[in-house]
Amino acid sequence: MNLLTNPFKSLLIATLVATPVAAIAETPEEKGMAISVAAKQSDLGWQDMQAQMNMVLRNKQGQESVREIRMKSLEIEDDGDKSLSVFDKPRDVKGTAFLSFSHAVGADDQWLYLPALKRVKRIASRNKSGPFMGSEFAYEDLSSFEIEKYTYKFLRDEACEGGTCYVVEQYPVDKNSGYTRRVVWLDHNEYRVWKIDFYDRKDSPLKTLTYHGYNEYLGKHWRPDMMKMVNHQTGKSTDLSYNSYEFKTGLTDKDFNKNTLKRAR
Amino acid sequence: MADQKALLSALVAAGLATAQPLQAETYFEISGKVAAELRGFTQDAQFADQDHDSNLSLIAEPEFYWEWNDGIDSLTFTPYLRVDENDSERTHGDIRELSWVHVGEDWELRTGIRKVFWGVTEFQHLVDVINQTDGVDDFDGEDKLGQPMINLSLVRDWGIVDLFVLPGFRERTFAGREGRLRGGLIVDTDAAEYESSAEEKHIDTAVRWSHTVGDFDLGAYWFHGTNRDPELQVRTQGGNTVLVPRYVQMDQIGFDLQATLDSWLWKVETIWRDTETEDYFAAQGGFEYTFYGIQESAADLGVLLEYGWDERGEDASASIQNDLFFGGRITLNDAASTEMLAGVGYDLDYDSQSLIVEASRRYGDNWKVSVDGRFFSADDPADLASAFDKDDHIQLTVERYF
Repeated sequence: MNLLTNPFKSLLIATLVATPVAAIAETPEEKGMAISVAAKQSDLGWQDMQAQMNMVLRNKQGQESVREIRMKSLEIEDDGDKSLSVFDKPRDVKGTAFLSFSHAVGADDQWLYLPALKRVKRIASRNKSGPFMGSEFAYEDLSSFEIEKYTYKFLRDEACEGGTCYVVEQYPVDKNSGYTRRVVWLDHNEYRVWKIDFYDRKDSPLKTLTYHGYNEYLGKHWRPDMMKMVNHQTGKSTDLSYNSYEFKTGLTDKDFNKNTLKRAR
Repeated sequence: MADQKALLSALVAAGLATAQPLQAETYFEISGKVAAELRGFTQDAQFADQDHDSNLSLIAEPEFYWEWNDGIDSLTFTPYLRVDENDSERTHGDIRELSWVHVGEDWELRTGIRKVFWGVTEFQHLVDVINQTDGVDDFDGEDKLGQPMINLSLVRDWGIVDLFVLPGFRERTFAGREGRLRGGLIVDTDAAEYESSAEEKHIDTAVRWSHTVGDFDLGAYWFHGTNRDPELQVRTQGGNTVLVPRYVQMDQIGFDLQATLDSWLWKVETIWRDTETEDYFAAQGGFEYTFYGIQESAADLGVLLEYGWDERGEDASASIQNDLFFGGRITLNDAASTEMLAGVGYDLDYDSQSLIVEASRRYGDNWKVSVDGRFFSADDPADLASAFDKDDHIQLTVERYF
């Protein structure tokens, strides 16, 4: 979140505020970037957030498996967010907690707390493309969106569930990403994401993520009730639903350290 | 022990009484597990009275949790019970946790019986010194007895400082006459001796600092009190030769470091221990490297290499004095959380080897099944590991979580 310190981007945001995006004459790359900056900018200022996450994993045969996670996150100026997640289900990992300091550039700092051993383990964060808890969501799909993580290209405008959408292609900067590109549909009105198509390292269609049941919090922060990820190559899917969203609950830096990780439960 | 437990109970009760509920709402939750563990030994036993080739154990470990004052105060109670088919010493109960935690702005006070883990390496936990090993549960030293403590934890910009007062010492548990995975002589735990005249009532103290600096996580501590590792002394009791544990006082300085660099984890732990009879250094260090998404799958392969060293060499009372460890861990990252781990230990002084294989996965939402194999080859009678030479076994564990 280097927006305010980067003079170029500040200028860009100033321009965006003054002029509708579509009116700026620019290359598809510049326009893709401008849309993403505006989307990020429109959601700034949420400060902190708490929510309950439920995942339903489905295999090709329709067998289901459930994950329940409580999460807290903290907006950090000039960097990626901090987050603390605690697992409630499945039962054998109950109490396992995960602390992450994400960074716009470079590796994230991540720690895992294993309640049976009372052990805090610093873990390598290079594993961005790996599945989260056996689901169809990769770790990188769940980390906070930062401008610096991608390069961009505007493709076209298209009708979508949220009215008219910008269709923007995003190319991950990180060589450890599991994707060559993501194609993202964001609506003109509120920059809400409605759909993302993921392409694997061989540029074959891999997954599609759709967003459902948007609600507006504190007059500007749009959050979905449900995100559905379908893997086209394996036939598996994961529904990620959120409830009990709370914003500006007064969390600070002090709520995100190894001590809070150990008693997160 | 009973006195300390009474003292701690009083402290916890006092804590509960002083922490007046700001709001009437108390959150309560029960969770935990029950498990059955079946061992099959592949060879006849080495010593007399160990006349069984299979063994069944049942384990229960529920956890009761209360939270009030919006999470500022909490109480956890975790009793533990194991019932063993053959070894009466292995049939035992413990209070793994009975503690009250009060959280302040940048501090926490944790009072009661608890477990604390320190360290970074995988094949030996050298710096992990607060809790006594529950030696009958398993021989890997990872099971611990609950330790009475008052622990004040301070969060500062320059790290976390933990201050410990440890009233009451826990004696190590050892396999009984009928138990396998023990030495040739029985350890008579009822005859334990102490250097300190306060015996098991000696109040130990410890202070630890830990911090994260970029890619480095480090910790250092000083511990003053009763050595958790007993000296085992040969004695004759009523015509029987037995081992009597003797617990001496020690000062120990420990240091641990992990560097997390891309796919590499570099780890080192070292201690300096000073007792009435000896002072020495010991260290364990190595790395873990992970290959992510092997063969275009979601599976990860971790490769581990560690070396353990003890300044006392072959005179060491520890079984790890010049030992090399190699391990491989496969994590499928599937919905059932399937994992496999294999580890080989090689003693460079005695030429003995051990092989440990572990595999586990979840069934349904609440069941977990593990299969472990442990194999030993140690022919030199001077090698502490030679006691396990005939105790190769395969262990099946079924756990039900609730």
